[in-house]
Amino acid sequence: MLSAKTVAAARKRLLQMHFESGVGHIGGNLSALDALLVLFNEVLNDKDHFVLSKGHAAGALYIALWSIGKLHQEDLTMFHGDDTLFPGHPPASGIAGVAFATGSLGHGLSLAAGTAIALRLKCQEGRTFCFMSDGEWQEGSTWEALIFACHQKLETLTILVDHNNLQGFGSTDEVASMSPLWTKLQGFDIDVHVIDGHDLDAIRYALTHRSDRPRIIVLNTVKGHGVSFMSNQMAWHYLPLTLEQFQTAIEEIESI
Amino acid sequence: MRKQLCSALQRRSVNTSMTFLTGDLGFMALEPLRSAMGNRFMNAGVAEQNMMSVAAAMAKQDLEVWVYSIAPFCYARPFEQIRNDICFHKLPVNLIGNGGGYGYGVMGPTHHAIEDYGVLLTLPNMVVFAPVFDEDVETVISRAGDSPSATYVRLGKGEPPEGYAVPKYAPWRQLCIGAGPVVIAVGPLASTYIEVFSEIPASIRPNLWAVAELPIERNPMPEQLLQQITTSHLLCVAEEHVRRGGFASELILHLTMQGIHIPRLVHLYARAHHFERYGSQSYLRRCSLLDPKSMLLALEGKLYA
Repeated sequence: MLSAKTVAAARKRLLQMHFESGVGHIGGNLSALDALLVLFNEVLNDKDHFVLSKGHAAGALYIALWSIGKLHQEDLTMFHGDDTLFPGHPPASGIAGVAFATGSLGHGLSLAAGTAIALRLKCQEGRTFCFMSDGEWQEGSTWEALIFACHQKLETLTILVDHNNLQGFGSTDEVASMSPLWTKLQGFDIDVHVIDGHDLDAIRYALTHRSDRPRIIVLNTVKGHGVSFMSNQMAWHYLPLTLEQFQTAIEEIESI
Repeated sequence: MRKQLCSALQRRSVNTSMTFLTGDLGFMALEPLRSAMGNRFMNAGVAEQNMMSVAAAMAKQDLEVWVYSIAPFCYARPFEQIRNDICFHKLPVNLIGNGGGYGYGVMGPTHHAIEDYGVLLTLPNMVVFAPVFDEDVETVISRAGDSPSATYVRLGKGEPPEGYAVPKYAPWRQLCIGAGPVVIAVGPLASTYIEVFSEIPASIRPNLWAVAELPIERNPMPEQLLQQITTSHLLCVAEEHVRRGGFASELILHLTMQGIHIPRLVHLYARAHHFERYGSQSYLRRCSLLDPKSMLLALEGKLYA
């Protein structure tokens, strides 16, 4: 079982990777990290499939793959550099465990639904998990995909929504409010769970709960989770870390 | 060509890995295919973006995937899904656009597909088929389905003159032989010139060629065609597609890079989406100077006088 120590180590490695490469998008990676770690360490098996619809959380995905030994330290040092296999959003090929290049929001749920229905047609076992942002529910294609998934009764599909309430240039409420998001989702033929996206036990329970319908887990998360000066700050959607900020963040994680 | 399409796909559907997605289109045409395929035939609804990404994911799972819609709905709305999810991943999804060019004529500009292959051929791993005759459809479906690339099949209306013996399918085909200028047309438009050309004396009759697959470099141009271009005083290219990004510019680039002499060029093309008045495909071809009469005037050097 994933320990708090492992989670802290992953958080530190994520910050180090972003600091060394001078890359932002840290806030949304930190909000996603806990759920991705539980998913990759405790839930996914060889027959399952995963789609990172929220492509700007590639850093968290790479760290999750590193946490289970599918990526190595030297891989992470290549993040966002020239001639890298590990760009700022997942690439189309070259990384085991990354099926699709994502980064343009609103594609992932359709890709996950297509994967789930293909497995059904092939009579093949396996679940499909799709990890999304909350902002991408503003994309029309996301709703197209949800309608399709529900209509096709894709019971092997699980959707996780990183609901950190902050997007690129404002809060989700300021930009295009759907608050509360889950009440809109409850109008579909789908199981909706709303949980604390940083409570490992709650994530575990929600991810292993079985249903005869598609499931959506709304993860109430905090952008920049685990680093107090980043917490719930929109600026950390984009900003990279200075050396001083990096050191402060690492000290804070180590002190807990 | 929809009837031929349905028959060809029905025969192909004995392969149980084949799946078919439609964007809620195919009424009075695809019902036999739906019956034959059962749950492998899916109406994905009026949701083309989702349909393309679903198709990509199905192809990633090694299913043979066909996606059908009216031509403009097939590539314009879901362009990013085609680019990111299908082409970036080198997935062999087969797109079928019915009514390419001005096929849906009087339905209005939203239903015209006159920049389709130009746009799609900017993408990696994409092959376009534009069958010329109804008889081509069976072969085109086989070639598209067996291709390791993504494909776009631009369906139109086969219009050979009565009694014309349709030549066996080939990416490049000569439809009329003479000693006059060279005319190359894309897809079914080529067949609309056969009748008027056949009435011209052989000594000045154009050499009419139809091209049915793009990009050009996919299939070498026949030596005979290259020779005719080199020795002719005039090359005319006709396409039911806008000028920018069309076949003519690709052809000229291709020939130039091979160092082949290009004679005087006439280009007939789909003029615009925004005519003030609308009509049938024939009417819109006339407005675009793509009709046989305009072609003859163009060859006589009178069209632009």
